[in-house]
Amino acid sequence: MSLKIIVLAKQVPDTRNVGKDAMKADGTVNRAALPAIFNPEDLNALEQALRLKDAHPGTTVTLLTMGPGRAAEVIREGLYRGADGGYLLTDRAFAGADTLATSYALATAIKKIKDYDIIIGGRQAIDGDTAQVGPQVAEKLGVTQITYAEEILNVDQKARRITVKRHIDGGVETAEGPLPIVITVNGSAAPCRPRNAKLVQKYKRALGAQEKAAINLATEYIPYADLYEKYPYLNITEWSVADVEGDVAQCGLSGSPTKVKTIENIVFQAKESKTLSSSDRDIEDMIVELLANHTIG
Amino acid sequence: MNNVFVYCELEGTTVADVSLELLTKGRKLANQLNCQLEAIVAGKGLDGVEKQVLPYGVDKLHIFDAPGLFPYTSLPHSSILINLFKEEKPQICLMGATVIGRDLGPRVSSALTSGLTADCTSLEIGNHEDKKAGITYENLLYQIRPAFGGNIVATIINPEHRPQMATVREGVMKKEILDTHYKGKVEKHDVAKYVQETDYVVKVIDRHVEKAKHNLKGAPIVVAGGYGVGSKENFDLLFDLAKELHAEVGASRAAVDAGFCDHDRQIGQTGLTVRPKLYIACGISGQIQHIAGMQDAGIIISINNDENAPINTIADYVINGTVEEVLPKMIKYYKQNTK
Repeated sequence: MSLKIIVLAKQVPDTRNVGKDAMKADGTVNRAALPAIFNPEDLNALEQALRLKDAHPGTTVTLLTMGPGRAAEVIREGLYRGADGGYLLTDRAFAGADTLATSYALATAIKKIKDYDIIIGGRQAIDGDTAQVGPQVAEKLGVTQITYAEEILNVDQKARRITVKRHIDGGVETAEGPLPIVITVNGSAAPCRPRNAKLVQKYKRALGAQEKAAINLATEYIPYADLYEKYPYLNITEWSVADVEGDVAQCGLSGSPTKVKTIENIVFQAKESKTLSSSDRDIEDMIVELLANHTIG
Repeated sequence: MNNVFVYCELEGTTVADVSLELLTKGRKLANQLNCQLEAIVAGKGLDGVEKQVLPYGVDKLHIFDAPGLFPYTSLPHSSILINLFKEEKPQICLMGATVIGRDLGPRVSSALTSGLTADCTSLEIGNHEDKKAGITYENLLYQIRPAFGGNIVATIINPEHRPQMATVREGVMKKEILDTHYKGKVEKHDVAKYVQETDYVVKVIDRHVEKAKHNLKGAPIVVAGGYGVGSKENFDLLFDLAKELHAEVGASRAAVDAGFCDHDRQIGQTGLTVRPKLYIACGISGQIQHIAGMQDAGIIISINNDENAPINTIADYVINGTVEEVLPKMIKYYKQNTK
């Protein structure tokens, strides 16, 4: 008995390791200075999907991501770890999307994929921390959702039910829901398995059309061009708005009800501060002062 | 019509603190907008729940009381909000940035194609001029939040779509009773009119809610560590100092991500907001997301070997040194001087 699983994954700038060159002189974010990574919680989601594949032979795990051409990297990374294939939604019309327009685009792509039992993604992406896309995709598809999952405990394919242990405020809960369903996975869930060396060998030349085009421009030829005809799985499928029959007005900036009014850089209001060394005398003086004014004690 | 709505979250039959904080904020926004404040509770066995809610200045409380509404599951609560909002057309809807609020809010906003801003640290009312379109929007909700790893603060607006929805974390807004005898209307709704039987598809089969292991939120002194603490072992020094000072230990997201400290002690925009009288920041650089969770502390001590750590600019005492060196000395001199 097999399952059809779609993993929602996002390529994100690594906002956890922001260096000094992360801001440009004009105060805008210098995205180029931040490495692009597989959103961490999406990796936790991928692991849950791969575990289901291990437990239910014949299961397929398909990645779905949205982004520029280089976001095909996310799909390759998933293939290296055991996914079966993936789609990259890429179109200028998707740019500037808030969570609502993003979930609209993802939902139209999922409708095109059509056949699915479980849609699973990270709880949230580190570049926005909104946790909105999962539930919004579920709403657009008209299926239910279980968010903040720690572990998928069981899938009963006969009854078409899934049992999930999830995090709630101040505790844990075990919930059971119907298939198809959207699941979002917490960062505290099991980490993703590493790349598999054989799969890296198999998929290292897997490329999206834009990546191939970029190579073509740079070198005038695609190395091993015949590979892509011989091994169709090396072609990462790219979909435009038209490919998924999306309504352009509901995509990108125009499909986004939220607008960014202003962006400010962080300027801390400097306080009068006392600068101390780590000498015994400085520390003792400070402790005595804090005791005297009843801050501690 | 066009009022400010707050979705009140329940644990059992007790309204969550974060919801009461949002009622307090919602009351102020309603005053500014010259409209009413309305609240929604959905659960089971809710007789008398209005006593918890109305004193915050709620003009109308909508009660949805049915056995299937507690524990929370996504679809029944979403249907209540979606259908009620279609009737009531709120201009603003606030909810806690809790597990429930972050499950419910996006679903509702998607169904109503309204915008939703997560984890706001400030909410204000203001105008917006769209110069290109030549339109001025009056009295919009400014949804203010740090973004992009905390390097910027963004003000988000929803010019065209209603309700303007926002989630806010617990502790960000202040909770304040307006009037213990505040007179508000109570309306008990027929749940079946809002929720279909098929909405009850998810069953909660097991549930454990524990009292928090710590009282970080209410602690008068917080000793918090960042990535600069260096290791889980060094974090023990923070616990040692906290024990002496009767303080609680907190952590920055970087320290939690590095595995130095449990997630439930995270302070900042995506963690807890604390307002202690003393905050001792150990090896914390001070990204805005962290600052958002502790900036109202009375006195701030920053222990850092980087003189240029951003947190130093808001600290009252800046100690240039490492955690290993400074914390044992603080413990030693605290003991010596309190004998």
